[in-house]
Amino acid sequence: MNILTQWFPNVANRLPEFIDSFVQTVIMVAVTGVISFILATLIAVTLTLTEPAGLKPNAVVFNIVDKLINLFRSIPFIILAAALVPVTRALVGTAIGTKGAIFPLIIGITPFFSRQIQSALAGVDVGLVEAAESMGMSVTKIVYRVYLREAIPSIIRVSVIAIVSLVGLTAIVGIVGGGGLGDFAIRYGYQRYMLDATYATVIVLVVFIGIIEFIGRQLVEITEH
Amino acid sequence: MPNVNENTAPVAVAIRELKKVYRSDGEEKVALHDVSLDIAEGDIYGIIGLSGAGKSTLVRCINGLERYDGGSLTVHGREIANLRGNDLRALRRKIGMIFQSFNLMPSRTVAGNVELALLDSVNSKSERKHEVEKLLELVGLADKADAYPSELSGGQKQRVAIARALANKPDILLSDEATSALDPNTTKSILKLLRNLHDTLGLTIIVITHQMSVIKQICNKVAVIDHGTIVEEGHVFDIFANPKAALTQSFVATTSNLGKIHDLLDEHSPLVQLEPGQVLLRMKYISKEVSEALVSHISRTFGIDVNIIFGDIDVIDNAPLGGLVVILDGAADRITAAVDYLKDRNIGIEVLAQ
Repeated sequence: MNILTQWFPNVANRLPEFIDSFVQTVIMVAVTGVISFILATLIAVTLTLTEPAGLKPNAVVFNIVDKLINLFRSIPFIILAAALVPVTRALVGTAIGTKGAIFPLIIGITPFFSRQIQSALAGVDVGLVEAAESMGMSVTKIVYRVYLREAIPSIIRVSVIAIVSLVGLTAIVGIVGGGGLGDFAIRYGYQRYMLDATYATVIVLVVFIGIIEFIGRQLVEITEH
Repeated sequence: MPNVNENTAPVAVAIRELKKVYRSDGEEKVALHDVSLDIAEGDIYGIIGLSGAGKSTLVRCINGLERYDGGSLTVHGREIANLRGNDLRALRRKIGMIFQSFNLMPSRTVAGNVELALLDSVNSKSERKHEVEKLLELVGLADKADAYPSELSGGQKQRVAIARALANKPDILLSDEATSALDPNTTKSILKLLRNLHDTLGLTIIVITHQMSVIKQICNKVAVIDHGTIVEEGHVFDIFANPKAALTQSFVATTSNLGKIHDLLDEHSPLVQLEPGQVLLRMKYISKEVSEALVSHISRTFGIDVNIIFGDIDVIDNAPLGGLVVILDGAADRITAAVDYLKDRNIGIEVLAQ
């Protein structure tokens, strides 16, 4: 406590709020992470199957999904978050706080996440898919028995990348009223010149991301043969 | 080589005027053109060609991994082009396939890879386990059941792939360059395994390769494919003894060193310097009915010396194939009589120098 009061007096004075902000960040990352992981996996599988050389080529579906991803990825997140305020309000009743932040976060991260998982699936050797086909396996079964299963280590790797980006986005939603550590750092560190609040946020985020990357590496190690 | 009576063995795969065209960016590339073949049950049928000749496309048409654009391809009388969905998948289970790059699932153990092929056909887990054990026994890898593919050598990986391909008891096995990534000794052991499986399970095997030595070691029939067309086909012995197309001749030449004599002659090697009265001959076995002691026979009967410079004789289909390069030394009329005798015995004679 001594070091905290000595080096981070403004954080020490607002410790419950600081911890609260951290918890909000973790919740935003966790909830958005899980939902966007599921969505991104579905989108990546759709792209992989419908691409011209895929198992179910479909130019219409492929092009629509592909272009939509490009469209959303080309909008800077801070503008996207602001533009989504009315939609968010209509959907969840509020556009502020953790609850209001999750929807724009999902829209912001899913296109990037989808591209990441798509590239992980593209890394699955076409020979493995061909072998599965030659065994008489159906396309649905090839998706989870071959594509998803064989891509697990790569999917973990790209998920870590996406989650780290997501932590960055949660800080940005702080600006449009999203809460979390980003909000804390902006309100105290930036707007009230309490530099120690900014530094404390940086340290906590660095450690947080370090832990995510550590867990990711361990999981890759376990799943890779 | 088991004796396949081609007059009675039913046709396993019948291909008629098969055509396959790849289209990209408005450009058409003909991959297969007017390909017709009959592969009988029990054949080990080789399809040889250079890379890009269309042999992989052809073999992929057999199990419907590739769709063809014209002609007909039937497996046990069923037209592949008419099969869809479940019917096609059921057929694929009865056609095993092995690949150059093995294509084992890295995330699954050896047993897991074999079991994968059984997931949709055998419901009981204990029954699957039992089947997997039997299959691994069959390919000699029972002790590697829990290893991952990354821990295996190339030959072991191909054995696992063979066990997986045989899991659903297919009667046809497609081998797409299965030994091309293996060293010569491993290649031999894999080919021996395929031969044993053919003999014991009555498999029809279709072997895609660019190596004539593979054809020589296990096939009874062969088709040579070039630019999407079959340029020559027939029994392996006949093709080796009498290759007609230029491509076939060049393939056959890769398996024999009898062509080396021309290098020796060009280099004026002391080995082939003839004295007056000597004749340099190349004798080639071109018929299956050669089993007598030819060299000692002509030497004794015609009173001439036969000096063997080099030889390359192999056994294909239980008949000697290849030939000898020899120098005959003796009276001119005795040599002529000996040469006539050899010609009568269906030995291909080529006088290289005299």
